[in-house]
Amino acid sequence: MSEAMDLEQEGDIKRFMFVNRKAPHGSIYALEALEVVLIAAAFDQDVSLAFLDDGVFQLRQDQNAKAIDMKNFAPTFRALEDYDVEKLYVERESLAERGLTEDELIVPVEVVDRARMGALMAEQDVVLSF
Amino acid sequence: MLHTVNKSPWQTPNLDACLAHLGNERLLLIEDGVYAAVARSDAAGKLEAPARDGRVYALGPDLEARGIDTAQLAEGIEVVDYSGFVQLVAEHGPHQAWL
Amino acid sequence: MQFGILVNEGPYQHQASDSAYQFAVAALEQGHEVPRVFFYMDGVHNANRLQEPQQDDRNIVRRWSELAERHQVDLVVCVAAALRRGLKDEILAPGFRISGLGQLVEVGIQADRLVTFGD
Repeated sequence: MSEAMDLEQEGDIKRFMFVNRKAPHGSIYALEALEVVLIAAAFDQDVSLAFLDDGVFQLRQDQNAKAIDMKNFAPTFRALEDYDVEKLYVERESLAERGLTEDELIVPVEVVDRARMGALMAEQDVVLSF
Repeated sequence: MLHTVNKSPWQTPNLDACLAHLGNERLLLIEDGVYAAVARSDAAGKLEAPARDGRVYALGPDLEARGIDTAQLAEGIEVVDYSGFVQLVAEHGPHQAWL
Repeated sequence: MQFGILVNEGPYQHQASDSAYQFAVAALEQGHEVPRVFFYMDGVHNANRLQEPQQDDRNIVRRWSELAERHQVDLVVCVAAALRRGLKDEILAPGFRISGLGQLVEVGIQADRLVTFGD
């Protein structure tokens, strides 16, 4: 395969969903997943982010990763709308299980229940999990 | 969508998380995920409904590697090899890995 | 059909790179195309030519290089993830190249299916 892949149809737009199920900082999955989101947005794809299970912790306010000398990347979620990434879905049951409420999140999101989250996933063309 | 779970249900909650979002879609157990398919385990019951619909598969080479005979599998679980895995993704994709 | 493959974990530590490889082989044997395998996170370690597995064990790095040569599979290692983990051009195994995350998004757009392997 050559270095440049032929994009047969210019302007192909696919629905890319990034599924976030892991807490931040304890592992690199949250940070490196976010790095892909920004690139997908730059390719003008239809990007949505799903936060469920421990992934909801990524959006928690008042994080200060500097306390453990790590990158404090949570504010980057606030910058997503500048990249036209506005579909952030957070699972209601995951929040409740973890004693987290919507107003404790760092960015406006759409809270959906588990069934709706499953339906959203089923609509995607490409699902990226880390 | 073809969903895959690659960890044992006693190691992580990934199988539960997947099943909670599976809807009418298909699940392939791979790697350590195949342990959930053993009939006598307490995880097999979770697979009963989708397995009855013919929507649960287990990767044969991973079963064999782990000493699980296909006769020990819960009812309705279909064993596929890597070619079958490819076909499942081809026919029922996109793919969602529950990692 | 075209399959893109994403590998998020390093060789040997988890089964991910093995599963990814076996999937790629099966897809190619069925006459499908695997235009690109993208290595991200610890997956970049699949490209390290300095690895010396035991003699009686599979050689995961070499296996990928051979696949690339036989079937023209593009093996791409993410530059940011690689730098972070000290994976550089000078230790890259044959058949691998270092490039940006755009290559992952591109194969997601272009291929019919993107299959992910990780921990």
